[in-house]
Order: sequence, then structure tokens, then C-alpha cells
Amino acid sequence: MGWRERIFIIEVLRGLNITGSVFLGNMWKWITGRKGALTTYYPEERRSDYSPNNRGRHVLTQRPNGEVQCVSCNLCATACPAYCIEILSHANFADPAHPKAPERFEIDYSRCIFCGFCVEACPEDAIRMVKDIPDLPGFDRTAMWGKMDLLLHWHPITNPRKPYPPAPPRADAP
Amino acid sequence: MIPDLVVHGAFMLFAITFMMLLATVFTWVERKQSAIMSDRIGANRCYIRIPFTNIKFVAWGLFHGIADGGKLLLKENFTPATYDRLCYNLAPWLAAVPVLLIFAVVPFGGTLAPGRLVDADTFPSIAAGLHAFFGDRTYTMQVAGLDAGLLFVLAISGIGVLGTMLAGWSSNNKFSLMGASRAASQMISYEVAMGLALISMVVTYGTLDLDAMVKWQSGLLLGAVPAWGLFVQPFAFVFFLTASIAENKRIPFDLPEAESELVAGYFTEYTSMKMGLFMLSEFIEIVVISALVVTLFLGGYNLPYMTDAGFAFPGGATWSLSHFTVVVLQVATFAIKTFIVGCFQIQIRWTLPRFRYDQLMSLGWKILLPLAAVNLVVTVLLRWVTL
Repeated sequence: MGWRERIFIIEVLRGLNITGSVFLGNMWKWITGRKGALTTYYPEERRSDYSPNNRGRHVLTQRPNGEVQCVSCNLCATACPAYCIEILSHANFADPAHPKAPERFEIDYSRCIFCGFCVEACPEDAIRMVKDIPDLPGFDRTAMWGKMDLLLHWHPITNPRKPYPPAPPRADAP
Repeated sequence: MIPDLVVHGAFMLFAITFMMLLATVFTWVERKQSAIMSDRIGANRCYIRIPFTNIKFVAWGLFHGIADGGKLLLKENFTPATYDRLCYNLAPWLAAVPVLLIFAVVPFGGTLAPGRLVDADTFPSIAAGLHAFFGDRTYTMQVAGLDAGLLFVLAISGIGVLGTMLAGWSSNNKFSLMGASRAASQMISYEVAMGLALISMVVTYGTLDLDAMVKWQSGLLLGAVPAWGLFVQPFAFVFFLTASIAENKRIPFDLPEAESELVAGYFTEYTSMKMGLFMLSEFIEIVVISALVVTLFLGGYNLPYMTDAGFAFPGGATWSLSHFTVVVLQVATFAIKTFIVGCFQIQIRWTLPRFRYDQLMSLGWKILLPLAAVNLVVTVLLRWVTL
């Protein structure tokens, strides 16, 4: 330590200069009506600088006739590292190609970590994550479940950039 | 006798209200100042809602102090399995009361003559009633006008050590005991340096009475500059401020209650309002230290070039004011100066890192004490030569 640092008072004054100038600068901003802080005053203010590629919302895709593509195989629930997908399946013997369908498909958004494993695991392209900004914070954990009606909000057949994939050729086709 | 009782009762009420109110305001100032200094907003979510409506008053976070007080009052009053119940319950009081007592000798205004307080032309009946009741009595605006004011301050601040030691000892907790021993040795060391800095002020002013010191500072230096203690004794100012911040156990001298090392130091085992008393006594001590610094070094309750009769500028111009205006101006000046010095202490707290314990003790004994002694010797020599 040089002699200038051993006389601690000089360093004290330098430190006070740094913090004092920041304090007075911010105080001047507050007095003249602007905001003198970097804090976003959530939830009255929201930050607008989420990336446009941010994928924040799950959707369940639908077949052209309006039914969910999900066949309730539970691969997404198995792959989920946060164990947040709950599926209740019911039988649908009217459609021989898809005898199982989900009666209830719910994601616990207080646990979801938005990793995308469910999207990778699904064999039917039934669950996707869209470019959206999540609006999740709330005051009640029981109200933070994403139910099926929330997840079915996006209808892919009307979106020209994500068309419904063509059906694979059947094994017994002539 | 009754008028004396009324006036001194009013002074006591003012002193206690001033200290408690300013201590609570300083808890708010600490949060807000540290937030603004670090580009944040600070705590401002505490609101008071008008009943049956949805109108919420958020007064920039001022209600957080009330919320903290209420929270501490409503917590469980837990007593650990100590063998010394009396000392455990006595310790917060021994820490809080001496701090309140020091303010008794600090003058927060000049001479008050209640009989002349109200202008006889604008309010004749009130002025006549006041004059009939108080006559021509004058009072210096202190709670206790002791001739040995500064000795009283030093003596009472020595009692503050006892509360800390009792708290650590009777908690039946080894870590609290360690914190209390550190606190006690730190406070005793810095009291010596503080005493030497104060003695050089006594030699400069020639008196121990704090009110006489403020009146000395109403004079002029070199004919133009107000004779504040800061200009006459800048080194004693630095030593006294450093030693007082060390007495108060605030950062940078924070090790007794090191918040990240010893849980809460010597008051780990205290809950609810006993803990609240310890914390409040720390903030009241900020107020009291600021009041002492203002009285000894920053001109006290007087603005520059102001006396009890009004302003007297160095060119010879005067501006005399009514007694009521002078009293209000002096009390307001004292309050604002104390507030600013307290804000300065809070800024120091949020700027400096904490001293290690051996660095702290070596600063107190090997640096501050010799420097304060040298300051005293130089002061005495100068006074002997110039008298």
C-alpha cells in the first residue's frame, strides 16, 4: 500500500465521491420528474426488452377436424424434469386410428422451467412452444395451472407459416 | 415555579419527540438513500388504505417504519434458558436510556423568552396572557442547562457500554459473548480518542457548557468567516466523527453486530421489542451524534451571521427579526443540520467496507489516539501563545 492509501481518509473521500455523485445524480433525476432508478416497478410497469424469439407459452395442436392431436401417450409428462404435466386420458373408440385422447391436460406453470423437453419428446407434434412473452406472476398458486382450453388457443390450420404436416402413407395402402 | 415547570416540560417533550421521530425517519432515510445511491427505488410498498374505499396512501415508503414497529411489537416475546433473567431484561434498557440522556444537554435553540414570544400588535390578548403568566423569564433551550455539559456527555456515553456487555453475557450464547466482548473493547477504545478530541474543543472554546460553545461559534473568524468549530479545528472534527461512528457500532466499525458473521452479534437472542429497543437505540444514537457534531463543530442552532436578535453581517448590515421568527428559525436550523449530518453518516455506512477487528483496534489505539493527542498539544500551545 502506498502512503496515499495508508492515509485511509483520502480513500474514504474518494469512495464518498463515487457514491455521493451517483446519489446526487439520481436524486436530481427524481426531483426533476424523471425516474432515477433502473428498477422496473413490477407489476405496474413491465419490461419491454424480452427477446422476440422468446418461447414462453405451450400450445396443443389440433387436427383439421378440430380434435387435439395429443394421443395421451404421457411421453411429455415422463420427459418433464419438473414433473409439471398432468394428463388424464379417456377412451375414444369411435376413431380407430386414435383410440386415446386427453380428457384433461394441465401444466403447472408454477413449476414449469420452460426447457422444451416436452416438445422434443412428443411423437405426434401435439405440443409446441410459441414465441410469446409469459404473463405468469400471480398471487395464488392454484390459479397458475394452464388448463386445456388455454393450451388449445392456437389453431395451426389457419396459420400459413406452420401448416398441418401431411399424413404418413398407410402401411396397408395399395 | 409553575412557568418553569411548563417550559421545561415542553422542552423534554420536544427532545423526546425529536429524537424518536428523527430516529424513525432515519430508518426510512437509510433504506431510501442506499436505494437511490444504488440505482434502485427502495421500499415503498407499505400503504394505509382509507376504510371502505380503495384509495391507498404510499408516502414514499415512510409507513415502513410504523410497520416495522408494529411487527416488532406483535412478535413472540421469547426468553432463552438463561440463568440471569434480570440482566437479560435489563440490557436493552441500559443500551437505550443513556443514548436518550445525552440529548439532555444539547441546545436546540437559543434563548427563549416566552413572555415576548407573540407579537403584541397582532395578537394582543394572547401576548398579554403569555406576559402575565411567564413575566420576563428567559430560558436557554436545552432540557438541562448544566455547566459541565460536555463532561456529562462523556460520562453518560460510557454507560452505553454496559448494556452491550450485559446483553452478550446474559444471552447464554458463546457467539453473542464474543460479539459483546468485541463491542465493549471497541467502544472503550474509541471513547478515549473521542475524549481527547473533545478536550481540544474545550481548550478552544474555553468552556464545557454546550450553549456557550454555540454562542462562541456565532462570532467571526478573520472578520468575515463564521467561527464554526469545523474551521477552527478540522482535525478534531474528523477524529470526533470517526470515534462517534465507532461508538455507535455502525459500518465501517460494524464487527460486534456483523450481519454476515455473527448472526446478529450480541443481540442474537433478543426478540420483539427488546431487539427493537437495541435497533432503535442505534438509530437514536445517530441522531444524538449528529446533534453533538452540529453543536460542537457546525455552529449549533444558528445560521451563519445569526444571533439571538437577528442577522449581523460582517459589513455592518443587520437584519433584526421578531423573537418568534428567531426561535422558529433556530429550531428549524438545528433540525435540518442534524438531519444532514445523519444523512452523511448513512452515506459513510453504505460506502465503506467493514474493518477487520485487529485493524479496528489498531486504528483506535495506534492512529486515532496519538493523532488526537498531537492535536490537543498543538491546540494548547497555540492557545498559550495567543492568549
